Amino acid sequence: MDALVGNEANRLAPSTLASKGGWEKPMQVTVEDVVRTFGITPALHGVSLDIHPGELVALLGPSGSGKTTLLRILAGLDFPTAGRVLFDGEDALKFTVQERNVGLVFQNYALFRHMRVLENIGFGLRVRPRSRRPNRNDIRHRVLELLDLVQLSGLEKRYPAQLSGGQRQRVAFARALAIEPRLLLLDEPFGALDAMVRRDLRRWLREIHDKTGHTTVFVTHDQEEALELADRVVVMSQGRIKQVGTPDEVYDRPNSPFVFSFIGESSALPVDVEKGKILLDGRPLNLVAKDIPSGPAELYFRPHDLEVEDNLLGGIQGTVSAQRRHGGSRRVELEVDEQRHRIEIDLPADFEPNLGDRISVLPRRWKLYR
Amino acid sequence: MSDLSLPLGLDFIGANDRARSVTTERRRVRIALIAIAVIFLSLFILLPLISVFIEAFRAGLNTYWVAITEPDALAAVRLTLLVAAIAVPANVIFGIAASWAIAKFEFPGKSFLNTLIDLPFSVSPVISGLVFVLLFGLQGYFGHWLRDHDIQIIFAVPGIVLATIFVTFPFVARELVPLMQEQGTQDEEAALSLGASGFQTFWRITLPNVKWALLYGVILCNARAMGEFGAVSVVSGHIRGKTNTMPLHVEVLYNDYNSAAAFAVASLLALLALVTLAVKIALEWRYADQIAGSNRH
Repeated sequence: MDALVGNEANRLAPSTLASKGGWEKPMQVTVEDVVRTFGITPALHGVSLDIHPGELVALLGPSGSGKTTLLRILAGLDFPTAGRVLFDGEDALKFTVQERNVGLVFQNYALFRHMRVLENIGFGLRVRPRSRRPNRNDIRHRVLELLDLVQLSGLEKRYPAQLSGGQRQRVAFARALAIEPRLLLLDEPFGALDAMVRRDLRRWLREIHDKTGHTTVFVTHDQEEALELADRVVVMSQGRIKQVGTPDEVYDRPNSPFVFSFIGESSALPVDVEKGKILLDGRPLNLVAKDIPSGPAELYFRPHDLEVEDNLLGGIQGTVSAQRRHGGSRRVELEVDEQRHRIEIDLPADFEPNLGDRISVLPRRWKLYR
Repeated sequence: MSDLSLPLGLDFIGANDRARSVTTERRRVRIALIAIAVIFLSLFILLPLISVFIEAFRAGLNTYWVAITEPDALAAVRLTLLVAAIAVPANVIFGIAASWAIAKFEFPGKSFLNTLIDLPFSVSPVISGLVFVLLFGLQGYFGHWLRDHDIQIIFAVPGIVLATIFVTFPFVARELVPLMQEQGTQDEEAALSLGASGFQTFWRITLPNVKWALLYGVILCNARAMGEFGAVSVVSGHIRGKTNTMPLHVEVLYNDYNSAAAFAVASLLALLALVTLAVKIALEWRYADQIAGSNRH
């Protein structure tokens, strides 16, 4: 119990926020074979994961992948049917949500609507038992410091209803930080915000994380958010972890068709592998597939890895069926011969093909799955 | 606006009407609807209310004063206040517990419980009263046991309180359940994760979130508790000065052809209802923004 809750005595010295050393020591989280079933529906099938101290980890997956269930289990709002959760090597499941000392930010923020910003942020300190409760002035002092940290100074008298979405998000964040958590959990932290605010807050969250050094886990279905923000990304699908890796690893070396297509944009074509050659409709492509056993396979590649080949032979040939401007480049849709599969290609913006033009492309990077 | 061409046949609409919102009806329809509402309300609600006060004072102030200060009337007022003072707090506790259970937990039989709460609304009050006679009356299931232990429930104050609690049970729960369901459990989860105990969470988060709905429920519950006639009539036994509540006292007086006194006491009851309404309106007006805020998520 003591090890988990931490040493209370020197936790509220004034200005603990100024230096990184004032925060709780970041925590190591270990998840071992966690299973969670709701009735007969399994939400998590034996999930194992190590989260290192001070790490910023994204749980990424489509809805129904179990990512929120895993987050709630870490928070103590839900309990696994089987498996273990360790905080710094100690069994966390025997602790209640109150005892875990985990900072939680909800998707809809769950700010207390009848309390002002000041009271919202100070709530976690005010409800402590008398022996651990800081006095009124210390609480106020600390809340104002946190407001400064989340750049909302001056708004302490407002009610949640009087704040914008981005401001509410930051109040929720400050409220979670106020209890000096050893672990921060964020459920779709930017889900309810518009694109511009979301981008700003992402950068802001990264800065705060670097400043305070909490072990942080956030849930998202937005792969862009996960790649941009996280140290490591945990890709989940249907209650299982598909891949864990740095953003570069999951993007460049996806270990499954699911990860390849879920992270970043991609196209796939059915091909045949024969003696180190990749055949598309029986014609060999100019790609080398050494050491890959023969048989049918799926060729995966990304739109921006495709290049137009001058030589029609040896490439993926097709007819331009649509084209549109896509940021700094041009997105061309190619209808591949015979199979009528459509693939997407990113080409320089000044490349302007006509509809019906025949072109041939080859991926610079690709992966084969079967 | 001028380039907005309207279909032919609508040219009798005035220029101002063109800017009207699509859900607003034409002028004559509006006037007709308002007139129907006003006439109906005046005829069926305002007129009887006024007539109560007119009848009450018809025989003069002196008669009025005597009617409401004679011992039986005062006893009826005291009994009514006592019954409300027990029934309302009891139903506040039951109502909060029931709506908390229904809104925040999943358990088997939940929808049955939800339906059961409405039962007092759908059952005739006379039946509600008879149920208690059947249970606690001399011929009832517990009648012998109660008589042997010298406990009287039927034709005494406890029976009146029980019947009133039964009849007024839905008011608080019905106000709270939809609101609590809409608000969900996320605020509570947030409070728990911040270290609050179960009681702190209830006292500081759940209760403030529903305080306006709770207050409405209490006001309505109180109004009904004081005004309940049917169920109370069955269990009371109409003992003057002992088991007559105000509505029962009014009936007794009226049956005695003492209509001046009957209307005098009735006017007191009506006054209670009006005060209740006034309190409700005042609260709505005073805390309009907070009430709106508590429904928003």
